[in-house]
Amino acid sequence: MNRSQLGAVAVGVAVVVGLSTMALFVAAPSTAALSTAPLAVKTQANLKWAAPEDPFASELEPVDRGFKLAKHCPPSFELTDKGCELRSLYQFYDSVQGRGVGGTQTSLPANRDGFSPQQIDLGRFLFFDPLLSGDGSQSCASCHQPDKGFADGKALSVGATGAVGTRSAPSLWNSAFLTRLFWDGRATSLEEQAQGPLYAANEMNNNPVQLLASLNGNKHYPVMFEQAFGVGGGITLDQIYTSLAAFQSSLISLNSRYDQYAHGNHQALNEREIAGLNVFRSFVARCSECHQPPLFTNNQIAVIGTPEPAGMALDIGAEATFNSAKLKGGFKVPTLRNIAKTAPYMHSGVFDNLRDATEFYTKGRGHAVPEGVEMNLHWHIWEPDLAEHELDLIVDFMKTLTDETAKPQVPVTLPSGLEQPILSTAADHFVPEAQVITDSVE
Amino acid sequence: MQTGKLVGALLIAGAFAGGLYLGQGDSAPVIASGGTSYGGGYNKAEDMALATSASATAVAADTYDGITHVVKPGDSIQAVVKIANPGDTIQVMPGEYSETIYIDKDSIRLVGVIEKGERATLNGKGTLNDAILYSGNNIVVENFLITKYKGNAIMGQAGNNFEIRNNIIIDTGVYGIFPQLGKNGIVEHNIISGIEDAAIYVGMSDNIHVAHNEVFDSVAGIEIENSRHAIVENNYVHDNTGGILAFITPGLPIKTTSDVIIRNNFVVNNNHVNFGAPGSTVAGIPAGTGVLIMAADKVVVEDNIISGNKTAGIIITDHDNAANTTLDPESDPAPDEVVLLDNTMVNNGYDTIDEVKALMLLNFTTGNPDIVRIGVSRDSCIRNRHRYITVGLKDFTDCTYSNTDAVDTYLLDTPVPPREIDPADRGKIAYLGVCTGCHSYTGRIIGPPIQMIQALYMDNPQGLADYIANPIKKRPDYPEMPKQNYLDEETRLAVAKYVLSRTN
Repeated sequence: MNRSQLGAVAVGVAVVVGLSTMALFVAAPSTAALSTAPLAVKTQANLKWAAPEDPFASELEPVDRGFKLAKHCPPSFELTDKGCELRSLYQFYDSVQGRGVGGTQTSLPANRDGFSPQQIDLGRFLFFDPLLSGDGSQSCASCHQPDKGFADGKALSVGATGAVGTRSAPSLWNSAFLTRLFWDGRATSLEEQAQGPLYAANEMNNNPVQLLASLNGNKHYPVMFEQAFGVGGGITLDQIYTSLAAFQSSLISLNSRYDQYAHGNHQALNEREIAGLNVFRSFVARCSECHQPPLFTNNQIAVIGTPEPAGMALDIGAEATFNSAKLKGGFKVPTLRNIAKTAPYMHSGVFDNLRDATEFYTKGRGHAVPEGVEMNLHWHIWEPDLAEHELDLIVDFMKTLTDETAKPQVPVTLPSGLEQPILSTAADHFVPEAQVITDSVE
Repeated sequence: MQTGKLVGALLIAGAFAGGLYLGQGDSAPVIASGGTSYGGGYNKAEDMALATSASATAVAADTYDGITHVVKPGDSIQAVVKIANPGDTIQVMPGEYSETIYIDKDSIRLVGVIEKGERATLNGKGTLNDAILYSGNNIVVENFLITKYKGNAIMGQAGNNFEIRNNIIIDTGVYGIFPQLGKNGIVEHNIISGIEDAAIYVGMSDNIHVAHNEVFDSVAGIEIENSRHAIVENNYVHDNTGGILAFITPGLPIKTTSDVIIRNNFVVNNNHVNFGAPGSTVAGIPAGTGVLIMAADKVVVEDNIISGNKTAGIIITDHDNAANTTLDPESDPAPDEVVLLDNTMVNNGYDTIDEVKALMLLNFTTGNPDIVRIGVSRDSCIRNRHRYITVGLKDFTDCTYSNTDAVDTYLLDTPVPPREIDPADRGKIAYLGVCTGCHSYTGRIIGPPIQMIQALYMDNPQGLADYIANPIKKRPDYPEMPKQNYLDEETRLAVAKYVLSRTN
């Protein structure tokens, strides 16, 4: 959206907020009513509702007044005196030793939360802003696209300079629960993780000095950071990492059809999907021994011996992190939530569909380990001899783990004024920005 | 078994051990007679704050107050599980059934009827995966005969308060009985054979009682893995590759094993050739192992009859000397505070493995080893050590305990209760955890704004509660709301009230 369009929206805002809230709700119950509604601020095809206040998206103000950050928590969070705290039905349950792994009705592991709504929302702007990359061409969202399960649809990610990386972008859904980040588990906090791609030459290719300079020199960011952290006097690196961590920890996906089944609605899955669940958790397939509910990961490193794409050297993975040959080829067990959205699969994206990724596990223990390489393969990598229809059932089941109701909005306008490098097609999942006309005049 | 790996590792450890212990001389045996009772150091009252009197059951007595369903041959057991409500009993009449039964609800008692020795038989015919899977709490499985499944006979995933009793399990693949990630459970009076991993495998669980089982012709008889507060007693464990195992498997999300009492068992002739799957932990167990303690802490071995196990009666090892273990910085690899009380040991170690022979040579020990310790083990003790041929035990102190009589059971005095949630909290969490994905107070997301809902239902929370259980499409421009009937009635009303009380 360019500046003149934004101006039009801003005018609309003024009109909307001039009216009482209840009047609005009564006025626009249907598409027909909306299309002729006098309050429609823009005639966008997907514009259905002009909300006077959106509770969690940020409040876009007329450009000359800057960006005002959201004062409400995202979906699934409650604002308490500690900040935005996660709320989930899984909090009704327990788990052995409080570790958050188990069966259908098991509590979640500990998670990161307690960030303020403003910090989360600031993180959202930073996440989508290519100002964070060395040449202004790439944002975090370039490789973690909301419409692609916060991955990028590529086998190997491509950096700002066009350099092709060595690994596949992992999904960010439910990263609030992870104690190890990156495929090889080398970071132990979201803040530490954020610094990896920001400064890697084959990723965003920035450096701390330039990052601070460009944010501090921006027209809007210093004010936004002050809103988020309550202190002025210049943006700090820690504030940047905190904001990115805050935003990432708000990406919660725990309301899939599987979850409804787990909470007790046994009609939420069809017979095939339930049969798939039973193969998935059987001690023949053993998927759930590592992709353990409720997060569908046990947060551990596993050596499973997947092949690399043709021509690529063996990635030793966690061997480097832990300096142990026992972990050669070891990678973090990824969550399977929203897995249907994140093809291709495995650390280097060798499988472009879920069926092939599933079939890997029944093609023989160590069948893809290169000749002459010693790998201490995980004990659950065995020869389950799954039937073709069982592989199909597992895939059907994994597709029930999709829940993107908390998918955040992609900002239409960025504080940097740079073009958003990705296009969202998420109108069916989430309110497009133009609808989020807010109570900008207080 | 990957012998090569074990050999190398053991020899290195042996050299170490030799250097360490050579300086100590032998002296006349000290015969222990008195001593205090071992308490395990576990304060159950602290754990549950509910201590009353010890119970012999894991499920509360009044759990099964529902109806009894009867399943006859030709019927589907699962079809009945589907319609059963928590509190119901399902009786399965004698005859053959071939299906996978899964129980994703609480408080179901699944009981086979035995008539003149004929049992309800679950036959997987070599094609079905698991016989019984449960994830609910308060599940009882009794009196079945289970055979020819590819996976497990009975598998629990995070069910608390379980009782698995009086089943006969023959040749079912990986595990016979495998409660995983549960708290407070009993496995007793089962007869299990022909299992390629463990006949009874308690994984990542707490407060477990395994008693009066007969397990044989399997790779491992009874395994207590990454679990705490477990008693294994009065079992007959014979003709397996390894008899009774207490260990930590590294790389699992729950990292400890401690407070395991192994007592009054027969651990006899566990010399079966190892037929474990390549890469499995048990595939590394030498045939002829009576009791194996790997990395587990506070394991007590008391009053067992351990005989005829050709490699050794008891092996104590850390991870560094075991085959098939991964690296896990969060797991302590050493078995600490092992307590070896009096055991009747005879005719063990008569055909031991080369690694143990080498270790004995380095320690100037001769004879057939009853007890072998390899690698680090801190603060461990043995009672009446002079009775046995041992290697690697010289830094074990003399135990001050003589028995575990003070510990009757580690089962909880009252079963793990469902988590108590204030109805108001119930409504709030359901609203924030579920509803806010589609509804915001004033704006449109996927569903209509809360304000619009409030306008319709302000004085009618029950009406809203009923609607969310069974929604119908109301607005042409909104998708139909999915049913929320997995929330119980109380929660639905609570969330309705909460929704109607919102002001922002």
